[in-house]
Amino acid sequence: MRRSWLSFPYLVWMIIFTVVPLALILFYSVVKIEDGGIFLTMGNFKRVLEPIYLAVFLRSIKIAIISTSICLLLGYPMAMILASKELSNKSILVVLFVIPMWMNFLARTYAWMTLLEKNGLIATFFNLLGIELPMLLYTEGTVILGMVYNFLPFMVLPIYSVLVKIDKAVLEAAEDLGAPPTIVFRRVIFPLSLPGVTSGIIMVFMPALTTFVISRLLGGAHFTLIGNLIEQQFLTTRDWGFGSALSVVLMLMIVLTMGFALRYEKENEGGGLW
Amino acid sequence: MKFVLRSLLVTLLAITLIISLVGCGSDKDKPVLKVYNWGDYIDPSVLDGFEEEYGIKVIYDEFATNEEMYAKIKAGAGDYDILIPSDYTIKRMIDEDMLHKLDFDNIPNYKYIDSRFKDLAYDPNNEYSVPYMWGTVGILYNKKMVKEEVNSWKILWDKKYEKQILMLDSIRDSIGITLKMLEYSLNTKSDKELDEAKEALIKQKPLVLAYVGDEVKDKMIGGEAALAVVWSGDAIFAKRENPDLEYVIPKEGSNLWFDSVVIPKAGKNKKEAELFINYLCETEVAYQNADYIGYASPHIEAVKMLPDELITDKTAYPDDSDLVGSEVLEDLAGSLVKYDRIWTEVKSR
Repeated sequence: MRRSWLSFPYLVWMIIFTVVPLALILFYSVVKIEDGGIFLTMGNFKRVLEPIYLAVFLRSIKIAIISTSICLLLGYPMAMILASKELSNKSILVVLFVIPMWMNFLARTYAWMTLLEKNGLIATFFNLLGIELPMLLYTEGTVILGMVYNFLPFMVLPIYSVLVKIDKAVLEAAEDLGAPPTIVFRRVIFPLSLPGVTSGIIMVFMPALTTFVISRLLGGAHFTLIGNLIEQQFLTTRDWGFGSALSVVLMLMIVLTMGFALRYEKENEGGGLW
Repeated sequence: MKFVLRSLLVTLLAITLIISLVGCGSDKDKPVLKVYNWGDYIDPSVLDGFEEEYGIKVIYDEFATNEEMYAKIKAGAGDYDILIPSDYTIKRMIDEDMLHKLDFDNIPNYKYIDSRFKDLAYDPNNEYSVPYMWGTVGILYNKKMVKEEVNSWKILWDKKYEKQILMLDSIRDSIGITLKMLEYSLNTKSDKELDEAKEALIKQKPLVLAYVGDEVKDKMIGGEAALAVVWSGDAIFAKRENPDLEYVIPKEGSNLWFDSVVIPKAGKNKKEAELFINYLCETEVAYQNADYIGYASPHIEAVKMLPDELITDKTAYPDDSDLVGSEVLEDLAGSLVKYDRIWTEVKSR
């Protein structure tokens, strides 16, 4: 505690931008403000449990799980390629991988819109070859594509950072003892990389669950996700109570996911991001 | 706990110090006017002209939606002297005692405002607002893709145009035009009428390409869809870019909207704000603005000065006969929740 003054700015930051807003959201979610005063109510949470809102939650979770799984399936091999010792100039590859993230997330999503439109680049190209494509934009698949594209780096980088730190001697030992490559991967590399995997899953799952821009732009707002619903409560309907209750439930879900992942990570000590 | 308290105290002190320092830094001798308006919704030279004529410094900020503006003012996050919101938002702000009554002795140029646009439902006795621009909601369609005559909202429910229809991702507008299609009021609070509108919207959903926002202009200009629900201002812009596009106000009537200038109680310079409103209503200034923005002006003399091609374009300046059955949006207060639920049900299918 000798150096506690160092953490002072951070503490202030936390209080102003995390603790106070959280308390406000909790407050709004359990009260009803009327002319007569402020009353305690559970009405907002009861409303969250109505079928139409549960359906929105379920769809959001489904799409987030699908996106996270695809990110993992694509990202793990990608991280292995980046981390492999045979690869020369791998820092260039890593940089190439990170560069798109320097561009604004919204601009990149708009770019996908231009690519996938009816008169967009991809459709025009296939039309020239005489192939008529089905509508690419505004489907659930497009929303998932948008999420995978935007969040893939958050999966690859934590896994990569764990993989490069694995002691090569351990791998050599496994090989010397006669393990074929599949066994080396299954029994040595994969278990050692689990902290990275859990970080990756958390870092993709959270934004995928809460995004509202991707489903609006690439999904044509056909698919209301939980993020859209919350935004609608605060900006359009101005039902802050219900919006806050939705946010609280969403946060609980995220905390549960993280708790689950963190427990996993404690069992496998390593250089994850958390 | 002691530590936390002390930290809080120190921060508070620091913040007050910074604020007072900043306050001293600005030049106090020159009065300031803070204006909060829609994006790209004023001729910048109008602001310069005002600064020069009255020696008042204008601080100018922009917003994208009424809701965003309202949330910011309501939260006390902006001490603006001038706002330019739309009708139903003005009604809400009046009801919540957020606006100053205007002193019309300071706004003599108000006499130039067309009396058609006075005493409207959102400000029944004309105490709080001065109309800035007005317009309609209608159907923008591509003449190359739609060969028949377009005159009814019902065309948006025609299976022929499956996946070629763009709706607005906006609760009031989309439910509003559906109610109009069913020949009800777009301010209805009747459960039965709203239920019918919900069923209609659910039936329409498979035909809709997307529910869009600002990008509707680009989509229509690029020929991505055949029909779209748009505000007349967007229609004027889109028609200029793509001559295949045409705009029509359906015969069932539509939403007549107004953006009007108001003075919020959050501001500190009421005198300067009234001066500014009066300046906006000067014929030359109103003309300059109407010509630059391209939206319809409520200023009688300014409209007379505009070039013929603007005045004869029914998109911006529809005849009275085109507006039969059109209504102004009213603030729904408690019933807005019903609209919200309908919209969620439609969109979560």
